[in-house]
Amino acid sequence: MSDMTAEQKVKFYQKGTFTVGNRLVDQARRSVQGSMERSNAITSGHRACQGCGEALGARYALDAAMRATEGQLIAVNATGCLEVFTTPYPETSWQVPWIHSLFGNAAAVASGVAAAMRVKGREQVRVVAQGGDGGTTDIGFGCLSGMFERNDDVLYICYDNEAYMNTGVQRSSATPPTARTATTPAVGPEPGNVFGTGKNLPLIAMAHNIPYVATASVSDLHDLERKVEKAMAIRGARYIHIFVPCPLGWGSASHDTIRIARLASECGLFPLFEAEHGEITGSLPIRRKVPVEEYLRPQKRFAHLFKDGGDGVARIARLQRMADANIARFGLQREAEETPL
Amino acid sequence: MSQQHPDVPFAITLDVGSSLANLTGSWRTERPVYLDRLPPCNSACPAGENIQAWLAHAEDGDYEAAWHEVMRNNPLPAIMGRACYHPCEGACNRSALDDAINIHAVERFLGDQAIEKGWVPAVEAAPSGKKVLVIGAGPSGLSAAYHLRRLGHAVTIREAGPVPGGMMRFGIPAYRLPREIVQAEIDRILAMGVALELNHKVEDIQAEMKDGGFGACFLAIGAHLAKRVNIPTPDAGKILDAIGVLHEMETSENPPLLGRRVVVYGGGNTAIDVARTAKRLGAEEAIIVYRRTREMMPAHDFEVEEALAEGVILNWLTTIKEIDDSGSFVVEKMALNDEGWPEPTGEFDTIEADSLVLALGQNVDTGFIAKVPGVEIAKDGVIQVGPDMMTGFEGLFAGGDMVPSERTVTVAVGHGKKAARHIDDWLRGERYEHPPRHELAGVDKLNTWYYADAPKTVQPELDVVRRQTSFDEVHRGLDETNALYEARRCLSCGNCFECDNCYGVCPDNAVIKLGPGKRFEFNYDYCKGCGICAAECPCGAIEMVPENI
Ligand SMILES: Cc1ncc(C[n+]2csc(CCOP(=O)(O)OP(=O)(O)O)c2C)c(N)n1
Ligand code: SF4
Ligand SMILES: [Mg+2]
Repeated sequence: MSDMTAEQKVKFYQKGTFTVGNRLVDQARRSVQGSMERSNAITSGHRACQGCGEALGARYALDAAMRATEGQLIAVNATGCLEVFTTPYPETSWQVPWIHSLFGNAAAVASGVAAAMRVKGREQVRVVAQGGDGGTTDIGFGCLSGMFERNDDVLYICYDNEAYMNTGVQRSSATPPTARTATTPAVGPEPGNVFGTGKNLPLIAMAHNIPYVATASVSDLHDLERKVEKAMAIRGARYIHIFVPCPLGWGSASHDTIRIARLASECGLFPLFEAEHGEITGSLPIRRKVPVEEYLRPQKRFAHLFKDGGDGVARIARLQRMADANIARFGLQREAEETPL
Repeated sequence: MSQQHPDVPFAITLDVGSSLANLTGSWRTERPVYLDRLPPCNSACPAGENIQAWLAHAEDGDYEAAWHEVMRNNPLPAIMGRACYHPCEGACNRSALDDAINIHAVERFLGDQAIEKGWVPAVEAAPSGKKVLVIGAGPSGLSAAYHLRRLGHAVTIREAGPVPGGMMRFGIPAYRLPREIVQAEIDRILAMGVALELNHKVEDIQAEMKDGGFGACFLAIGAHLAKRVNIPTPDAGKILDAIGVLHEMETSENPPLLGRRVVVYGGGNTAIDVARTAKRLGAEEAIIVYRRTREMMPAHDFEVEEALAEGVILNWLTTIKEIDDSGSFVVEKMALNDEGWPEPTGEFDTIEADSLVLALGQNVDTGFIAKVPGVEIAKDGVIQVGPDMMTGFEGLFAGGDMVPSERTVTVAVGHGKKAARHIDDWLRGERYEHPPRHELAGVDKLNTWYYADAPKTVQPELDVVRRQTSFDEVHRGLDETNALYEARRCLSCGNCFECDNCYGVCPDNAVIKLGPGKRFEFNYDYCKGCGICAAECPCGAIEMVPENI
């Protein structure tokens, strides 16, 4: 975990150290999102819900990729909210060449675009593929695994809102235990999604030994931008899994999107880490630890855990054990190094 | 179908349009609005300083701009950075994170820089042709003179004593406030064209106003008459008063004779000052006798601590009954009753000492003022003033220790400013209206996640041995690095510091960044009103307001 530590030990600026911009830092170190010249890869007028985490996460990621490639970028999109809310015919929000084909084939299309660029001798044009958790962990998983296995020169970004949101909040293999969705209703002895199911795609991606895998969150812009920039400096298959709260699907207030993402990482349920060639190389320590309860409570999809009568307490404790296991596994509770910026 | 193409039939290929055609602002039920909230430090400052604003300049390394910002409200930063009891720090939101900003230390740094570099305040206003008389050259009178001068008036200060400064000289010992600092800041005010007449005791206010052609007068003579209690003694020479002792320290060649063992009677800051002064004059023992408990002492806790560190002895829940024929002090033990008030116990004891200094507070010398028609003397013998600081006599204003209020140097400076503004309007035949105060930026309005941990810098102190024997300043100043660090700890409560958070976190790009120093604007064509910007603003400078729908 040493190299991330080194990057975090930078000069000590107090005021607004963790904010988007910091006018006390020199230009070169400032964030893309703080810049007046940022590309706004997804421009205004898109139809995402109020407070959409996915709209925000995608702009963060693609603006960073645009800066890293000096605008030489093509984006491929799986079906899902991101595709639908940005491109209602005949309008588009994208400020980057963009292609959509099917729900399950974004990784394969991206591999094809990258191959085409190579054949045309335009390898400076880079390719980003993006999809939701459903499109990534379920229906698109075969194509994605193939893209990894062939080490195709694509950065695949998964925007994880933990369900099939575009079609009305159905469970995916990224839906966490106990979460209520349209297909895992909060009824019966085990309300919501059951324990012991689902998959961890970042770890599966690591098992392909690809050059770079990372998790990121809309709650930590600096970390996210740094990871995208790092990914774009590498050739071959890369994977970034970004945590993007969904106010509508999670039953949270639209203004709480970033706060909830922050709580997910600070309680340990969504660890922020990165790996190279199958080995974990760094993780972001928790700054202000909170119990999982603080993360769960503001979301209606977990409301049944707090109802009288059920065994919510025991189930919250079980979620807490999952968080604690993450904290131990990824080394999240160490003396917090000072300030990423 | 798109609004752009109302006439085009369905299911043909259309040119690519931009989503900018879709004005999502119509979804909004609440709109974000930028506002400035009142930082708690500013709100607590008796001199009305805009602390957050000058810390922001200091944080940029522009100390001169920071100093000018202080000077808009307070002409004595180097003094105030030492003598003020900094209620700002007690209110500072940063204490919810680690410690309050060391505001007074930064102020002192700025004040010292100004003296060193010779910075001078600007007098922008054109001469008004009006003359104002200020009576008393203490903090309140000097402050009023300074502000009146800046507003273009001709000012004359008449001071009864041989030196200007008032309580800044006679109330605060040199080890807390070096005299060259006091002199430098007074000189700077005089250099702005304020006339000072020393050894001029005003006896007839109306006559002096009339003879001098003064359109208004600000009265700020302080409270110098020591309160006494009746303690039977065979030798009255043994009993002194605190103000007299401190006065003598300033004006006479020889320090007052207090003896080897000194008893100080009282529990306020003056009692502490005298006890610490006695120690420095060579007293082996300085004993403070106070009738209530340590917790009830009106003296500031840090000063009590410093005094104890210097060897001052505290005797609380004790009263002095008499000095008997052998010269011993007879004291009686007190105990708190059920309501928490001290009551005599009938238990007596004696203390051996050479002198007794009474530090029981001061009264105002109202004799010559009571003669002015309309002037009202309030209870406690202070002068009654209205909210505009004017007495019952038209054109006669008063402030500082002689009006009902807390008696501190900073309050006095604040009175001087306030009176100057009202005098200015009064001379122009207008009424000064204070602009409405902003809503307070309490810690609940902040998102403190965004501030990194940064404990405060501690000012170095002089070691105890030197403190017991010399009048060298106890607290040392910050150097530039420390001052910068301290300024940067400020959270900028309630005031945008252009951190770019709103601009970054909006999922709809509905925040327009206007460029350095120009802050931001909302683009209500696209803002959906999600409220993330307001929730993630670190300093509470955005509020959500319901739309009229
Ligand atoms: C082959 C196929 N099956 C089903 C669908 C319907 N569909 C469109 S989007 C979507 C859900 C997308 O969920 P996810 O990938 O998690 O993205 P999100 O909308 O949550 O961002 C589904 C089921 C489809 N378009 N294609
Ligand atoms: S953090 Fe700064 S603005 Fe806030 S109360 Fe403290 S000094 Fe004032
Ligand atoms: Mg999804």
